[in-house]
Amino acid sequence: MDTVDPTTVAGRYGLTPRQVEEFGAEVEAIRKRVMDDLGETDAAYIRKVVKYQRGFEVAGRALFYLPPFWPLAVASLSVSKILDNMEIGHNVMHGQYDWMGDPALNSKMFDWDNVCPGEQWKYSHNYIHHTFTNILGKDRDIGYGILRMDEEQPWHPYYLGNPVYAFLLMVFFEWGVALHDLEVENIVNGTRSIEQNKPLHAGIMRKVKKQALKDYVLFPLLTGPFAPLTFVGNATANLVRNVWAYNIIFCGHFPAGVETFTEAETEDETRGHWYFRQILGSANFEGGPLLHMMSGNLSFQIEHHLFPDMPARRYAEIAPEIQELCEKYGLQYNTGGIFSQLGSVFKKIARLALPGSAKKETVAGPTAPGTGQPLVPEDVDGETRVRASAA
Amino acid sequence: MSIAQTLLRSRAAAALTAPHGVDRYLEQINPMWAAHEVRARIVSIERETHALDDPAPVATITLQPTSTWRGHRAGQHVQLGVEIGRGVGGARRTTRAFSVSSAESGPGERFTITVRANPEGTVSKHLVHDAMPGEIVHLSQAQGDFTVTPDRGDPVPMRLVMVTGGSGITPALSMVRTLLRQRYPGRVSFVHFAQSPDHQIAADELAAISAADNGVDVHLVHGELFTAERLEALVPDHRSVRAWACGPAAMIELVQEAYDDLTVDGTPADRGGEPLLAVEYFKTPVLDTADAEGTVSFSQSSGAPGAEGENTGATLLEQAEALGLSPQYGCRMGICFSCVATKSSGTVRDVVSGETSAAPDEDIRICISQPVGSCQVQL
Repeated sequence: MDTVDPTTVAGRYGLTPRQVEEFGAEVEAIRKRVMDDLGETDAAYIRKVVKYQRGFEVAGRALFYLPPFWPLAVASLSVSKILDNMEIGHNVMHGQYDWMGDPALNSKMFDWDNVCPGEQWKYSHNYIHHTFTNILGKDRDIGYGILRMDEEQPWHPYYLGNPVYAFLLMVFFEWGVALHDLEVENIVNGTRSIEQNKPLHAGIMRKVKKQALKDYVLFPLLTGPFAPLTFVGNATANLVRNVWAYNIIFCGHFPAGVETFTEAETEDETRGHWYFRQILGSANFEGGPLLHMMSGNLSFQIEHHLFPDMPARRYAEIAPEIQELCEKYGLQYNTGGIFSQLGSVFKKIARLALPGSAKKETVAGPTAPGTGQPLVPEDVDGETRVRASAA
Repeated sequence: MSIAQTLLRSRAAAALTAPHGVDRYLEQINPMWAAHEVRARIVSIERETHALDDPAPVATITLQPTSTWRGHRAGQHVQLGVEIGRGVGGARRTTRAFSVSSAESGPGERFTITVRANPEGTVSKHLVHDAMPGEIVHLSQAQGDFTVTPDRGDPVPMRLVMVTGGSGITPALSMVRTLLRQRYPGRVSFVHFAQSPDHQIAADELAAISAADNGVDVHLVHGELFTAERLEALVPDHRSVRAWACGPAAMIELVQEAYDDLTVDGTPADRGGEPLLAVEYFKTPVLDTADAEGTVSFSQSSGAPGAEGENTGATLLEQAEALGLSPQYGCRMGICFSCVATKSSGTVRDVVSGETSAAPDEDIRICISQPVGSCQVQL
C-alpha cells in the first residue's frame, strides 16, 4: 500500500512512503557524488585552515607582550578560538576528515580549545542531537535544558526569565555546552540519577583545569608585568568566541519556520524520513565565504544535518541542489540573511517567555509534490500546524 | 637530549599547547621538528633488483628520522605512513609495516627500509615508483620481537640460522649487517630463496659477505620453492640451531613444518618450551569475495573477553551484540561515529555506500559495516 500516512512527518506533507524513498534516494545520490570526489583539495583546505588558526593563536599570544596592540591581540586570539571550535573542531569531531587517516584530524583523537571535553560533546551532539534532531523530549539542544524554545514546551513561570537565561547562556556558552552533558534537567525531573553523572565529572574537571591553567594562569604569568592585561584579554577572546558560537548555533535550529516533531510521529522512521526531518528541523543563513568559514559552514545547517560527516566546505556546492529537491517535494528550505534569522530567533526567545504559543507568522502551507499547489496541512494533534515562509 | 627537546617535552609545553599538543604547532613550521611524533625525510631511493619488466621491483629507501626516533634493534619493523597524492600537503594517509633493513640504529640515526613494489600495494608502489627525496613520511617507533636478541641484554647465540624468502630478506639483512658490524664471533647460516638472480636483493653485498672470512655462510637459492630437504642439504645441523624465518605466509608455513615444534631445550612448546624457530610475515590486504561466510571475531581493548562466531551477514555491531558483547554505539545509522572500532583484518562492505574495503588495521563504523568473509575487529 502506498498511501499517505498522516501520523508520520512526511505524511503531514502529503507524501507517500514511496515518495519519501524516492526523495531519500535523490539525497543519497548527491551524497555519493561528493563523497566519491573527496581528495587533495579538501585535505589542503582543512590543513590551510589549521595553519591559519595556529598562526592567529601564536600571533595573539605574542601580541600581549605589546600592550598598545592589546585589541589586536584579543581579536587575533578570538579568531583563532572561533576557527578552532567551528570550522576545525566541530567538523573534525563529526568525522568529516577521518578519511584522511591523519591522527591530527581524526574524530577519535581531536579535542578543541573549549572547556567542554570533545569526547562528551560527541555523544550529546553527534549522537543525541544529530540523530533525534528537533524531536521534543529527545533532542536536548531544544532549549539546552534551560530555555523555552518551542511552543510545545509547556509554559511555567520560570520561563519568564527566558531572555535573561538566553543572554547568560550566550555569555557563558562554552560552560553551558560543557555542563549540557550532565543533563541537569533530567536529574531534576527524576529520569536520570546523579550516579550516572559521576563518570563524566572527572573528564569535565580535567578539561576545565587544562583550559583555565593555560588561559588564566600560564599565559598571563608568561607576560610578566602585563599579566592582568593578558588575563582580561584571554577572557575576552573566550567571551567573543562564546557570543559568536551561540549566535551561529541558535540560527541553525530556532528561526521561525523550523519545525519540531513528536516522538510518536518519528517512530520507526526510514532513512528517507530521517532526511526529511533533518531538512525541516534546520535553518541556513546567507553570507560570503568568510562568514561561512567563520561559522564552520553551519550557515549550511540543512546540508550539515543531512550529511554531518561530509567535509563542510562542500555544503556550499550542494546547497542549490538540496534547495531544488525541497521545491520538488514541497519542503520548506529555511534560509535568510544572518540578521533576519537572528532577529527571528531573538523574537522567539522573548515571545516564548510568556504563556501560549509563538505568534504564527506568515502562512505558506506546504505544496503538493511536483505541482506547487498548496496542500492543506494535516491536522495532527488538534492544532493545525502552520509554517513561516522563507525570507 | 638537547635542552630544546627537554623543554618541548616538558609538562609546561604540554600545558601551553593544550589540547592540541606541541607537535601540532611544530609541524606548522617544519615537518622535521617534533617533540613526540616520529617522521622522516626520504634521503635517497635506490633500485635493488634489475629484472627487466619486473612487475614488482625492489628499492632501498634511506630515511632521516626526526630526533624523536629512538633507534631500532635488528629484525624490528616500523609502521610507515605516506600521504598519497601529494600537493600542498597530501590527501589520504596510508600506513603499512616495513622491516628495517640497515644495521641497528641509535636515536635520531638514519636507517633504510627495503621495499618490494607490490602491484596491489598502495604504499609500497608509491615508495618505489613515485616518492622523491625530500618527501616526508610518518613513522612509528620500531616495533616487534623478531630480533636475534629476543630480550634486550640476552646474548646472541653462537650459532644461528636465517631462512628468508623474497622481500622477507630485509630483517635478516639488518641482523647480518649488525652482527658483522659488531664483529660477531659465532657462525650464521643465511639461506635465502629468490625467484631468480635478477630478483635477488642486495646481491653484491651478499656476494662480498660470502667471499669474506666472517662466519656467515650465504646460501642463495634461485628459482626454487622452499623445501625441508633443501634446508637439510644446505644446513645439516639446522634442527639443533636457533632459527629466524621471514617471508611469504605460504613459505613460513612450510618452514614451520620443517621445524616441527622443536624447542630450545627439548621441553614441548605447549609446556612452556621456547620454540627453536622465530617467524615473521606481514599481512597483505586481500579482497575477500566470499559473502556471508567465515567467522567474525571481536576482541575488546578494555581487556574484557572477546567473542567469535559464524558470519551471519548482519552488520558487525549486530553480530557483536548477538554474541553477547555490548560495544559502544549511538545512532546505528553511520552518522555519529560513536561505534568506530579498528578492523584488524578482513573485508567489510559499507551498507550505505556499498563500497568494500580490505585494508588491514582500518578504523570503521561497525553499525554500517557488514563483514564479507572472515573478519577480525578490536572493539
